[in-house]
Amino acid sequence: MPKLLKDKGIVDNSWQVLEKDFTGTLPDAPCFVPLDYWLANKDKLQNPKTVGVWLDSEQEPEEIAGDIKNLEHLAVNFPTFTDGRGFSIARLIRHRYQFAGELRAIGQIAPDQLFYLTRCGFDAFCLDALALDQEVDEAHRFEDYLSSFSVTYQASANEQQPLFRRRQA
Amino acid sequence: MYIYDQHDKTLIRERVAQYRRQTDDYLAGRISDGVFLPLRLQNGLYIQRHAPMLRINIPYGMVSATQLRTLANITRKYDKGYAHFTTRQNIQLHWPRLEEVPDILAELAAVDMQSIQSSGSCIRNVTSDEFAGINADEIEDPRPWCEIIRQWSTLHPEFAFLPRKFKIAVTGAESDRAAIQVHDIGLQVFKNSNNEVGFKVLVGGGLGRSPAIGQVIKDFLPAKHLLTYLEAILRVYNRYGRRDNKYKARIKILVKAWTAEVFAEKVEQEWLQEIDSPSTLTDAVINHAKAFFTSPPYENIDPESCETTLQAFAAEHIAFGKWRDRNVVDHKVAGYCAVHLSLKPTGVAPGDVTDRQLEAIADLADRYSFSEIRVTHHQNLVLGDVKLNDLPELWQAAKQQGFATPSIGTLVDMICCPGGDFCSLANAKSIPVAEAIQRRFDDLDYLYDLGDINLNISGCMNACGHHHVGNIGILGVDKKGEEFYQIQLGGSALNDASLGKVLGPSFYAHEIPDVLERILSIYVDQRIEGETFLDTHRRIGTAPFKEFIYAKAA
Repeated sequence: MPKLLKDKGIVDNSWQVLEKDFTGTLPDAPCFVPLDYWLANKDKLQNPKTVGVWLDSEQEPEEIAGDIKNLEHLAVNFPTFTDGRGFSIARLIRHRYQFAGELRAIGQIAPDQLFYLTRCGFDAFCLDALALDQEVDEAHRFEDYLSSFSVTYQASANEQQPLFRRRQA
Repeated sequence: MYIYDQHDKTLIRERVAQYRRQTDDYLAGRISDGVFLPLRLQNGLYIQRHAPMLRINIPYGMVSATQLRTLANITRKYDKGYAHFTTRQNIQLHWPRLEEVPDILAELAAVDMQSIQSSGSCIRNVTSDEFAGINADEIEDPRPWCEIIRQWSTLHPEFAFLPRKFKIAVTGAESDRAAIQVHDIGLQVFKNSNNEVGFKVLVGGGLGRSPAIGQVIKDFLPAKHLLTYLEAILRVYNRYGRRDNKYKARIKILVKAWTAEVFAEKVEQEWLQEIDSPSTLTDAVINHAKAFFTSPPYENIDPESCETTLQAFAAEHIAFGKWRDRNVVDHKVAGYCAVHLSLKPTGVAPGDVTDRQLEAIADLADRYSFSEIRVTHHQNLVLGDVKLNDLPELWQAAKQQGFATPSIGTLVDMICCPGGDFCSLANAKSIPVAEAIQRRFDDLDYLYDLGDINLNISGCMNACGHHHVGNIGILGVDKKGEEFYQIQLGGSALNDASLGKVLGPSFYAHEIPDVLERILSIYVDQRIEGETFLDTHRRIGTAPFKEFIYAKAA
């Protein structure tokens, strides 16, 4: 199981991500089910501690808007690192639907995108390209990637006020 | 001009450090070509035909004398002693070394310059009117709004990986000099009947492979909602713009597919969810931005006595009078004017300047125009606040440095991309064609008689030379490895924006000056008193041009 980057540290990860076309019975372990599976079976999937939902980049967070308050784990997939739709999806999940649980970025993302991901509301990262199991040197610490800039102009998931209001304060 | 505070300075310093580490990682093989590509593009670095190309932002075209001197130094130290002004008010270095780019960016940062998001699939440098704040036809100065947009778009976390590049232009005048109808978003700032400031919002304009004129999706957006509304447009585009084919990925394709009405409705719904969020502008914020763009300390000058002196000088120096007619523009303040420094002398690629010229321009700005320079999307420069009585002296100084070519707005004041000589995307060269045209049309009286004509040349269908919106557009095409040139007539990027129509089969480069001559002869024969080339073309259509050109060729 690939490791997880969370709370600025590398932790063990017990969550599986089920295939997008998954059908059948869930494994006896924590897992992210694909959106379609969730929509078809949500009445039976009661335990938010072990069942989360993952969305692909073309899918609509609007479809789970009503379920978000009952979920604790969501994930958004980046099929390629240049597919930026996941940033907007995260923004909606966090900001518009007020999701307070773990929001995990999965798929193809480069370390240099961690800063933007964090600002859009992701707080956990399980990404093929991160090589989370390797030693990192001083110049490549994940916590530095997560906070690449000390100044941001926009309001974001971790900064409610845009800089222009903070400047005025 | 906007002055960076500690926040802006810190951000660009941190950006340089980040890019230095990214470059080191790339050179050490730690990050792949594919991953490095968007990182370097979003710092302005392309890999071109001969060398990398670094595009440096000049936000909405405003640059200081100090910044130009730094640019001059950089071209000497890291490049071949020249630079190129682009059609989006930016400046490019064509020979930097990839490994030295972080050093260049550090030197730029020291004078509050940067290249953040000057290329790549993200929100690019916001452009505007070169006469912002100084033209009598202005309703609202667009620059404070441009600066607000610049900051909002810089490192916006949600919109750094859009389907494709995204360009925003803002105008605040009666006459659109920012080509807002051919931008992804065009904004016209104006006052409504209640004297409230707001924006008319256009989307879906653009050139390139599928040129389109932008369509209005909001007639009046109250100014304070600017950023929440832009964010709604960008979010809709980021989510629904096509990503399967880069030639169909611009917002114009989405707007066309949905229709402007449906797109507007979708944006409206998105916007209403976020309306009045903290990104809403306050009066204090707007006033803070406006405070950077106040008038310089103008002197009281008697325009009438200046006029007498200038007339007398013009009587002695015919060339001065011609230069003044073409290159000097009226100013909203009596006794002042704006002066074009032409970057279109014959034999030099349009928009190119040497290091020494950059320094000379800085000197002229210090001496005659409050140390500020404006870049036009026609690839010329403007000194915005020149005293009328300084004109004779300025003319002589400009002439000495090669900036006084008295051809602004005429056929030979061409927009031209770097073309196949430099650009790896180009299908054909554009600079030699421009030069051949300048050499053929060297009779000023003839050029003045032809009047205002935009001739725009692009070396490929990506249309950096804006050929679709030239009154005459020339497009380089490749046919089985040979370079040909297609001609289009009837384009415009002004208030009456339109896309040119193809004249017919394309020509060899050496045929172009003759063909142009024949096109212009039709205009001269058929024009009715006072008609520009565009007026005549709109009245008589392309057919008479086509018949004449191809009948003769046959």
